[in-house]
Amino acid sequence: MRLTGAIYRGGIVLAYTVMLLPVVLLAVTSVFRDAIIAFPPSGLSLEWYRNALGRDEFLDGFVTSFKVAAIATLIGVPAGTAASLALVRSNLRAKQAITTFLLGPIIVPGIVAGTALYLTYLLAQTRLDRDIVGTLPGLVAAHVLLTIPWTVRVVTAGLQGLDRSVEEAALNLGARHATVFWRVTLPMMRPAIVAASMFSFIQSFENLELTLLLVGPGMSTLPIAMLNYLEFQIDPTLAAVATIQIVVIAAMMLVTDRYVKLSRIV
Amino acid sequence: MKSLELVNIRKDYGGAVAVAGMSMQIARGELVSLLGPSGCGKTTTLRMVAGFVAPSAGSVLIDGRDVTRLAPYERDTALVFQSYALFPHMTVAQNVGFGLEMRKVGRAEREAQSLEALRRVRLEHLADRYPRQLSGGQQQRVALARGLVLNPAVFLLDEPLSNLDAKLRGEVRSEIRALQQSLELTTLMVTHDQEEALTMSDRLVLMEGGRVRQAGTAQDLYERPADAFVAEFVGRSNVIEGRAEGGGFRTACGTLLPAAAAGAAGGSFYAIRPEKIVLAREDAGEGVGGALREILYLGAQTEYTVMLGQTPVTVIAATPGPDDALAGLRTGDPVRLSWPGASARLLGA
Ligand SMILES: Nc1ncnc2c1ncn2[C@@H]1O[C@H](COP(=O)(O)OP(=O)(O)OP(=O)(O)O)[C@@H](O)[C@H]1O
Ligand SMILES: [Mg+2]
Repeated sequence: MRLTGAIYRGGIVLAYTVMLLPVVLLAVTSVFRDAIIAFPPSGLSLEWYRNALGRDEFLDGFVTSFKVAAIATLIGVPAGTAASLALVRSNLRAKQAITTFLLGPIIVPGIVAGTALYLTYLLAQTRLDRDIVGTLPGLVAAHVLLTIPWTVRVVTAGLQGLDRSVEEAALNLGARHATVFWRVTLPMMRPAIVAASMFSFIQSFENLELTLLLVGPGMSTLPIAMLNYLEFQIDPTLAAVATIQIVVIAAMMLVTDRYVKLSRIV
Repeated sequence: MKSLELVNIRKDYGGAVAVAGMSMQIARGELVSLLGPSGCGKTTTLRMVAGFVAPSAGSVLIDGRDVTRLAPYERDTALVFQSYALFPHMTVAQNVGFGLEMRKVGRAEREAQSLEALRRVRLEHLADRYPRQLSGGQQQRVALARGLVLNPAVFLLDEPLSNLDAKLRGEVRSEIRALQQSLELTTLMVTHDQEEALTMSDRLVLMEGGRVRQAGTAQDLYERPADAFVAEFVGRSNVIEGRAEGGGFRTACGTLLPAAAAGAAGGSFYAIRPEKIVLAREDAGEGVGGALREILYLGAQTEYTVMLGQTPVTVIAATPGPDDALAGLRTGDPVRLSWPGASARLLGA
């Protein structure tokens, strides 16, 4: 018993180390003074943060990523939630097929889906005689393909675990179907919807593969701006950008956690 | 006029029959238990009354009004679910007030009534808690309060005690009965626990295979079972196969058992309750001889299994004291069993 306990605890420590070590290293190297990472560093500095915040491509990328993620989440979560309700609750015949179809975009490799979208956009551009590649609507449309599947995945799971008799109880107590939905079903789905929103936002915000071909001049997302920077420089500026990004997302999670306990939904 | 009346209701699922034509009536303030083995259609019947399942045929009448085609929210029933089904995102008080809110009762009145209902189940001090912060027994009482605050025409309980431990079950059982009687609620309760049904109900309806097997008071079913199925399901019975012969009953393996002259003609089953049998040592001289096969000590009572030929017969008697004639009886000992013929019943299958 003692031994298995020790192995168990050791396993937990190891898993956390593997998960957190890169994050810690990232944060640490972001304050190293040397342009080429060396250990031990010759000194510490916030130079790279100054560089990161001073470069327009990162700031613009952050703003674009944030806008795209926010809009794609606002579109994808309600749509995905409605789809999940239909898939779990109705007697649709092709349920399984529809589910697979809706999850498709996150099953197909991102770069494949991205290429397909790129070609489609090009075709549409010549037909419609207007830009789609490199525009905000073009990016949002692509990212809705991330937020819908993630929502369907999370909300469907949540709905399946939902006790139908609670809704029946509301009907029995005199609530009509619409009232049951707004007063009982939706509140009970809230944790799943919050989780879905968060997943969707983060998946969209950090997406690289699907987006790669769809950006254009003046309309690039943060991950792509980082990739472009990496092609020419390897100084710790990227570590600084990544650290800021981690802090922002962690802050968002903490705020969310105030409203819905995340530990109870994931 | 009966508070609840089921007229030949029936439910088919595809080819399978869940309820095969049930008729019953419940008078105002009466508690009737639906009892029966698993899958016999109890829950389906209850759900047809609440309006969650549409009957394939027949009708449901509440206070004389046909409600068969009405939606659940249009019926004056309150159902207490087996899983309690409390609203997890509402406080106890909000849970209890929900039905009143749906009936457009004003806020102040609603709060007063909810608190009163919670007082009845002794939970007024937990009004601001959420269901997850309550024990199983407390959740169960909230579910009761949520229903009875509406003073429904028909109160429905689906195995209300099945998620409680044995001790709590006894307490809640008498609590429910007391509430039901003081509020004079017309109640239909589903259970598969015959002890629960016997102790709580004014009347019992024993179902089997989607049909009523026998309906009546606890005494009716226990003392005068209509057939061997009822005798075995309600309480414990020794049910022995054979045929009536002269003034007695000849078992399949040849033993002659005492029977009252007026046995059910043609009955091929003989039923005798374990507690009606008197066990004596072999030298008692009277009664049917057999061999003691098993002794189960249950504390105040002892259960004996006696073989009459190849037929095992269970006897339940007060545990003998040290000076009792039966003290020191061992398995394998020859014994005698006796009982008045009138205690036994001859039954059809
Ligand atoms: N939705 C359904 N579809 C098909 N068959 C059903 C459905 N609901 C119930 N049945 C069947 O109808 C029969 C009666 O079911 P019901 O739930 O009423 O039994 P019960 O008496 O409540 O049993 P238990 O004591 O196990 O709860 C069962 O054979 C069951 O399989
Ligand atoms: Mg049932």
